[in-house]
Amino acid sequence: MANTKNNILEEVTQSEYKYGFFTDIEMDTAPKGLNEDIIRFISAKKKEPEFMLNFRLKAFERWKKMTEPDWAHLNIPPIDYQEIIYYAAPKKKPKLDSLDDVDPELLETFDKLGISLDEQKRLTGVAVDAVFDSVSVKTTFQDTLKKHGIIFCSFSEAVQNHPDLVKKYMGSVVPAGDNYFAALNSAVFTDGSFCFIPAGVRCPVELSTYFRINSAGTGQFERTLIVAEEGAYVSYLEGCTAPQRDENQLHAAVVEIVALKDAEVKYSTVQNWYPGDKNGKGGVYNFVTKRGMCKGSHSKISWTQVETGSAITWKYPSCVLLGDNSIGEFYSVAVTNNRQQADTGSKMTHIGKNTKSTIISKGISAGFSNNSYRGLVKISKMAENSRNFSQCDSLLLGDKCGAHTFPYIDTQNSSSIVEHEATTSKISDDQLFYCLQRGIDTEKAIGLIVNGYAKEVLKQLPMEFAVEAQKLLAISLEGSVG
Amino acid sequence: MLTIKNLHVEIEGKEIIRGLDLEVKAGEVHAIMGPNGTGKSTLAAVIAGREGYDVTEGEIIYNNKELLEMETEERALNGIFLGFQYPVEIPGVSMNNFMRTALNEQRKYRGLDPIPASEFLTQMEEARKLVEIQDKLTNRSVNEGFSGGEKKRNEIFQMAMIKPTLAILDETDSGLDIDALKVVARGVNALKSKDNATIVITHYQRLLEYIIPDFVHVLFDGKIVRSGGRELALELEEKGYEWLKQEA
Ligand SMILES: Nc1ncnc2c1ncn2[C@@H]1O[C@H](COP(=O)(O)OP(=O)(O)O)[C@@H](O)[C@H]1O
Ligand SMILES: [Mg+2]
Repeated sequence: MANTKNNILEEVTQSEYKYGFFTDIEMDTAPKGLNEDIIRFISAKKKEPEFMLNFRLKAFERWKKMTEPDWAHLNIPPIDYQEIIYYAAPKKKPKLDSLDDVDPELLETFDKLGISLDEQKRLTGVAVDAVFDSVSVKTTFQDTLKKHGIIFCSFSEAVQNHPDLVKKYMGSVVPAGDNYFAALNSAVFTDGSFCFIPAGVRCPVELSTYFRINSAGTGQFERTLIVAEEGAYVSYLEGCTAPQRDENQLHAAVVEIVALKDAEVKYSTVQNWYPGDKNGKGGVYNFVTKRGMCKGSHSKISWTQVETGSAITWKYPSCVLLGDNSIGEFYSVAVTNNRQQADTGSKMTHIGKNTKSTIISKGISAGFSNNSYRGLVKISKMAENSRNFSQCDSLLLGDKCGAHTFPYIDTQNSSSIVEHEATTSKISDDQLFYCLQRGIDTEKAIGLIVNGYAKEVLKQLPMEFAVEAQKLLAISLEGSVG
Repeated sequence: MLTIKNLHVEIEGKEIIRGLDLEVKAGEVHAIMGPNGTGKSTLAAVIAGREGYDVTEGEIIYNNKELLEMETEERALNGIFLGFQYPVEIPGVSMNNFMRTALNEQRKYRGLDPIPASEFLTQMEEARKLVEIQDKLTNRSVNEGFSGGEKKRNEIFQMAMIKPTLAILDETDSGLDIDALKVVARGVNALKSKDNATIVITHYQRLLEYIIPDFVHVLFDGKIVRSGGRELALELEEKGYEWLKQEA
């Protein structure tokens, strides 16, 4: 461990957003704008069954009557939804069973991002689904997964090959009209990942989806659905990057997780969308709805997120603890630098008896950024003996940034215990001088101190992701002190 | 090795060091003594390159280089080590990770590859033995939850790992019981060689029974008012600092 940590620290000297390149590849795009025709166009492109088209159209009707949420501690410039392209796909349609059919340009892009789609070269133990703009490019490790009866494929494929499962679970955790951005996603989503672990199966590899926005002017609206049947287990990872562009790009995703009795799902994200430049020009608007339903008793869902990218983040991975004795966890590190804004946190809804939830949130703000934690712990009448522990820490680098905490607690059951702790701290000159005096330069010292601060969350990540996350934390704070 | 000429230092416009000269050669141990608030830690901080101090006059030459022109970490990489009077806690950063990072920075500066894991572990083990600190301390976060004595030993432990050319130990003895004091002194003596030098800052002569200085300097009101051999420390112990005030 110490070894990898040091390799990471050595790499932190690259200060630019290193995923900011653009791949020039022929794309099949829809005309920009949003109306019923566009939705029909997307659905037709994907050769969807009728139920999907209806789901989309209903969501669109709901969306038209809704307004953008304005309660977050964010300053969101007006978004013109008619100026966005809702569908863009590489022209050379990859067949999904062979790597030879994938456009070499695309393979190269993912290689550059450190995601090798070549199974031989891949570190063992991670199956990857790569989503490039609107479509899934390639899902690796299919054979291994098939042996266990695990389905891991792009959402579009799932709609074609497993329509019953999709129909049964899609929208069951995040209904189409749940909120403005979820409704928008439900109307226009283009692809994403689908993952189904049958009863009693422990998924032998980490499943991972890598999202990449490439084309200009496009939005990315992906949808992920994970279902773990009774006693199943899966660890799922999600990574994201986008090119550096002067205009803002919208990313509005929906992730739904269903855990049946005794099932466990670990969902980890390293979110590194382009954050915009120093002055706040460009960057991704990341408006995401993530929710898990612990449906069966003794089920467990954990969210771990490392958020370093995006110009604006609006995201509250949540758990509905329906089953008795079910467990929800949320571990988060959110970094904002320069002009970035983040309003992120979690919602834990306790319904079943003896349900437990944990929220550990570590905010790090630098530059002129604003970083807010927003959380809701709701204990319903039936949730006897349920417990929540929340800890929300903020670390400030410099004095021009802001950190805010909005913890809401709503308890309707007196046998439950809800605990909340919060701290705010700064990297002190004493700590920096101590590191410098040992020969560790400022950038590295900040990386070290910040990674130490975030340790509790980072250790929740699978090993390989933890390494990437540590690097990212250091890189995204470069130039923020001294 | 180190030559300080007519050094004047201000903090926030107030002059703290007021014309200080000091010459330290390789192989020597110097003790700097003096009552509280006379500028001992300030001198150490200026040599180590802490920000917030204005050198208004004078120069410091370290191994033929203008020390004041060098960045803080560059000074460290060139062999200057400060044993802190008040070591700081860095939560979540293990001593292992911290030391490894520091050693690798030193190695990188000398064009060497990162230290192999086995070599690192051996060095840690040796350094731990030298200052009698337990395994579990080096697995904990830097200074977090360490007792006062453990923090001081940890400074000598780091010194043993980094093997500096010029070590400045700022009141490493204060707050130590006699056993801990002996351990610290043993560490310092073991690391002593003809190529390196040590400046021991203290205001008790007690430590100097275990670390034998070649020179003793008395700092008073920002100036060295008296220099001598080991016997000066004893004289001070006997007569107190009052007697020097007249000389100042
Ligand atoms: N950061 C600082 N800001 C203002 N005054 C300081 C600061 N550090 C030290 N001083 C002052 O400088 C003088 C010398 O302090 P110091 O070098 O710590 O003394 P010593 O180590 O000899 O006890 C004292 O008067 C102290 O109050
Ligand atoms: Mg002092």
